[in-house]
Amino acid sequence: MDYTYTLFIPLVPLFVFLILGLLGHKMPPIVAGLIGTLGLGLSAVLSYFTAMNYFWTSHVPETAYTSIKGFEVEWLHLTEKLTIHLGVLIDPISVMMLVVITTVSLMVHIYSIGYMKGDPGFYRFFSFLSLFSFSMLGLVLATNIFQMYIFWELVGVSSFLLIGFYYEKPSAVAASKKAFIVTRFADLGFLIGILMLSFNTGTFDFQTLTDPHGPAIAQAGGVAFMGMSVLTWSLIFIFVGGAGKSAMFPFHIWLPDAMEGPTPVSALIHAATMVVAGVYLVARLFPVFALGAPDALHVVAWIGGFSSIFAAVIACTQTDIKRVLAFSTMSQIGYMMLALGVSGYGGEEGLGFMASNFHLFTHAMFKALLFLGAGAVIHAVHSNEIGDMGNLRKYLPITHITFLIACLTIAGIPPFSGFFSKDEILAAAFRDNKLLFAIEYIVAGLTAFYMFRLYYGIFWGKKTHYHHTPHEAPKVMTIPLLILAFGSVFAGFLPFHNLVTSDGKSFESHIDWMIAIPSVLIGVLGIAIATVMYKSETAIPDKMAQSFKHLYKWASRKFYMDEVYLFVTRKIIFRYISMPIAWFDRHIVDGTMNGIAGITQYAAYSIKGLQSGKLQQYAFVFVSGTVILVLIFVYLV
Amino acid sequence: MIQNIPLSYFLVISTSMFFIGIYGFLTRRNLITMLMSVELILNSVNINFVVFNKYLFPQHLQGHFFMLIVIAVAASEAAVAIAIIINIYRNFKSIDVENVDEMKF
Amino acid sequence: MNILNLFVIIPMLTVGGILLTKDLKQSRLVSAIGMGFQLILSFVLVYLYLKERQAGNTAAMLFTYDALWFPSLNIHYALGVDGISVAMIALTGIVVFAGIFASWKMELLPREFFISLIILASGVFGFFISLDLFTMFLFYELAVIPMYLLIGIWGSGPKEYSAMKLTLMLMAGSAMLLVGLLGIYFFSSPDPHALTFNLIEISKAHIPIGMQRFLFPFTFIGFGILGALFPFHTWSPDGHASAPTAVSMLHAGVLMKLGGYGAFRVAIFLMPEAAHEQAWIFLILTAISVVYGAFSAIVQTDLKYINAYSSVSHCGLVLFAVLMMNQTAMNGAIVQMISHGLMTALFFALIGMIYGRTHTRLINEMGGLMKVIPFLGVVYVIAGLASLGLPGFSGFVAEMIIFVGSFQHTDLFHRVITIVAASSIVITAVYILRVVGTLLLGPIKNDHFLHLEDAKWYERISTITLVIAITAIGTAPYWLTDMINYSLVPIVQKLSSIQLTSLY
Repeated sequence: MDYTYTLFIPLVPLFVFLILGLLGHKMPPIVAGLIGTLGLGLSAVLSYFTAMNYFWTSHVPETAYTSIKGFEVEWLHLTEKLTIHLGVLIDPISVMMLVVITTVSLMVHIYSIGYMKGDPGFYRFFSFLSLFSFSMLGLVLATNIFQMYIFWELVGVSSFLLIGFYYEKPSAVAASKKAFIVTRFADLGFLIGILMLSFNTGTFDFQTLTDPHGPAIAQAGGVAFMGMSVLTWSLIFIFVGGAGKSAMFPFHIWLPDAMEGPTPVSALIHAATMVVAGVYLVARLFPVFALGAPDALHVVAWIGGFSSIFAAVIACTQTDIKRVLAFSTMSQIGYMMLALGVSGYGGEEGLGFMASNFHLFTHAMFKALLFLGAGAVIHAVHSNEIGDMGNLRKYLPITHITFLIACLTIAGIPPFSGFFSKDEILAAAFRDNKLLFAIEYIVAGLTAFYMFRLYYGIFWGKKTHYHHTPHEAPKVMTIPLLILAFGSVFAGFLPFHNLVTSDGKSFESHIDWMIAIPSVLIGVLGIAIATVMYKSETAIPDKMAQSFKHLYKWASRKFYMDEVYLFVTRKIIFRYISMPIAWFDRHIVDGTMNGIAGITQYAAYSIKGLQSGKLQQYAFVFVSGTVILVLIFVYLV
Repeated sequence: MIQNIPLSYFLVISTSMFFIGIYGFLTRRNLITMLMSVELILNSVNINFVVFNKYLFPQHLQGHFFMLIVIAVAASEAAVAIAIIINIYRNFKSIDVENVDEMKF
Repeated sequence: MNILNLFVIIPMLTVGGILLTKDLKQSRLVSAIGMGFQLILSFVLVYLYLKERQAGNTAAMLFTYDALWFPSLNIHYALGVDGISVAMIALTGIVVFAGIFASWKMELLPREFFISLIILASGVFGFFISLDLFTMFLFYELAVIPMYLLIGIWGSGPKEYSAMKLTLMLMAGSAMLLVGLLGIYFFSSPDPHALTFNLIEISKAHIPIGMQRFLFPFTFIGFGILGALFPFHTWSPDGHASAPTAVSMLHAGVLMKLGGYGAFRVAIFLMPEAAHEQAWIFLILTAISVVYGAFSAIVQTDLKYINAYSSVSHCGLVLFAVLMMNQTAMNGAIVQMISHGLMTALFFALIGMIYGRTHTRLINEMGGLMKVIPFLGVVYVIAGLASLGLPGFSGFVAEMIIFVGSFQHTDLFHRVITIVAASSIVITAVYILRVVGTLLLGPIKNDHFLHLEDAKWYERISTITLVIAITAIGTAPYWLTDMINYSLVPIVQKLSSIQLTSLY
């Protein structure tokens, strides 16, 4: 099967971006929207076709899925060994990601035609969306780690542009800056990791790197620095990059602020696609992690586990609905990271790998649905604050139903898809590390609790007084909701253990009821508590907040991580590094230069008296000089 | 006749003229007097030229020629100098050398 | 007739043409035509060069031309180009062309302005095509001198101070350079009657190591001052801040590159042993430049100062990569020179245009300009993103080549210093986004800005030329890097052939 055509999956959005970027301001808005949507639609069709082809049509049953280079071209020659290529790599995870990205992106495009209607930056919005889709598709199709880095940066900048879409709003500008700089800082780690990895293995290529008998894994042994091998160090550095993009602790601070962007952007970038790039990166290099550097994998697991519970606790206290969802995203990505971290390589050992990708897939569906639903709510009430909402189920019936489905899915209630994927993750964690399992088990309960807190806050409660009567979103917005709801319900039945596995071979996987039943139970418990507390306005939440005063305060202030960062950037970097350096430059370095000039000038002033202008003085000096010379020559020589 | 006068007499005369000229040049404030001092110096040199020529190489005439050149130079120098002095007088209303120090620094 | 001679003749003809003109309109037209020709010529040269290489010409220098100029000292007017100088010439052509359009409204003494500008440009062109050290130095001086007039007369702010400072510091550099060049000349051959200034011939000879140790710092610092080497960079912020737009563009875009080019072509190429021995000192200085420039830029409030410090940081990276002395890093250094030349020229052009509208360069006094001048705003964002190393623009390519190249050294010192230099990409992001955020985004701060006009056609020509060049290198860098790589091979061979005394 020839996969050269897959090249067009990212290229179509690129062309759309160029067309809209250069000519968009001359088009009527709806044309720009349609061009963007159609372009993405084309990519989506190509992706589905590729998925059909790769997973079923041209796959010989009972064999392992292999990775295929659909296209590759040399882009930049660096050293004798290292050359950057650009190309497309087709393998189970990239094809899965193609489907995820194009589906969610297409839904977001359609939804945005309604959501962004009347915005003066309509064409700009669609051109940025296309730029983002191009970068993200290029990222997942990368054949080598450097291509991934290139698109990684492009994804970062599209995210920057979209978060700062409302550029007249100072908070949006600040958020976009923060997102870019924090991820950029993490990318520095990624870059150093790439440099170390490529130097030691002599290649950027994923196929060579992840080959279990290849040079990368062969060099795994040895201790280089602080008790870990070079490979471990480089993978940890690479993971830093992934953690930055995926908003893992301690790089998560940009994600809640990123909600300043338009809601469809949050759905696409900060829930379904870009933020899972870190998971994808680890999954992409998974054989190297699992076979070459298990220590690095432990780091992944613990960072993931910690982030998931950290974010879940914060999510319980937030009042901005998009921020709740943002922390929920962080928590769910922590799940995925943890699943990768506890996984082994090959066959049933690779359960965590499969579970992680499975959860990535289902999460994309239900989280996009949650965000788009939240967008419909915000569209109706013009506020993000949970306090300004209530009793909306009468006004927004479709949004209500789809939102409920999404909440049940994320809470892991069967038969919705979240149940299956979360169950696999818990099973994988149970096998590897009981402590991590316990953390995830608690997080599952917390997730159900805060999601239903949100659900009841928006759609139930007493409040009925609105300035304008809220009305259901137009069809162009509700249809994507219904499609995604359909996906959320049924995605769980996909046989992921046959399709996306760590070594490409399918394995048998069953639902382990010993784990599934308790996890459903804690989900139900979380829902029940939320129902009691929030279904109708009661005093219980305030009492709870009172009794856990300190924890509540810390969690609602996001454990003061923002303050820590502000302290580091404003105080340390700005005040105690940059200002002194600038002062040093102006006063010490430049002062020295000016000082040298000053000394020259002073010397000139002090000897200028010799040039008196008095003729006779000159003549006297001249004559005495001559006399002295004569005396010297006569008497001394 | 001239051979009867020792060379040193001439040299004493020319040396005294030279140092009188130098002294005058360094101490006088009046530009005209200074110019006259310069002439004295030049003439002391002229005496030396002629005298050494006569005493050392009587068959040659280079010393005389050189004397003539010096006189010519002195004449033109006097002309230029007096022109400058007149101009200075016009500008400063004085020919005191102390006043003419505008060109310093 | 040799094509390289045209690079000196066309500016002379243009200057002659400007002398005949009467007012601004005519002189800018003549300059634009002349420099347009020069730009076309630069690309013709690139084309001819590639064709010649394709045809299998493997000589180190192509299109050579040699005329004896001053026989008793064996000074020649020797010309010749390789891939590196061809690339630098193309850069100069683009920046000068854009610079002419950026000074389209130069009301004060326009003829004199354009004449000085073009003399400066001809000096730069001459520098890049010279093979004779003396001729090279002559052109170098020709480029530096008009700078004094350009800043002193057409500048802004404390222009006399800045012009004097810039010229004096660069002259100090020239003085050191002259010592170095004369030293090289006197040791260019063991036979006192066969001394030569010719670069290629000297490179085949061997300068005694004792002399190299003495001459290398002179030559390197001499060029380094022009390349804004810490701590000799302080002329750069003051000079750039006071200079008129086109001069800042040319100066940061091209003239500072003479430093990097010379450090590489003369100092390191001719004195490799000393370069290897002393590289660590200068590596530390350049790494300081890179990080220090970036940190200084964070707290500046004047747009031109920000960009000047950013130039210190980026030009530091050029010298840093040159000192890494391997094929990849040096290639990166050349690409970085070109990339930075284009980006910083674009920045200064934009700053000039924004200043012409708002009459302030302090970012705190501006805000929300994206709304009123979208074209300039978008181009500024593009320039900013290019500067912070976004893929698709030239800065990314250059930085990545440099870092990968630098990382080929296996010892801890080089590794650590590479990571230190690489950390500048984060700091760069901080100050670029700070400027973009304050200047262009957010609410409009001053009602007076509401009526600003967007870019005029000549301003669009100026900026679009540069944007196209930046994007072209960023998306298709291979032709450029291949061209440079080919010419780097003999240089790297010479560097690696010498006996390395183990220092690290």
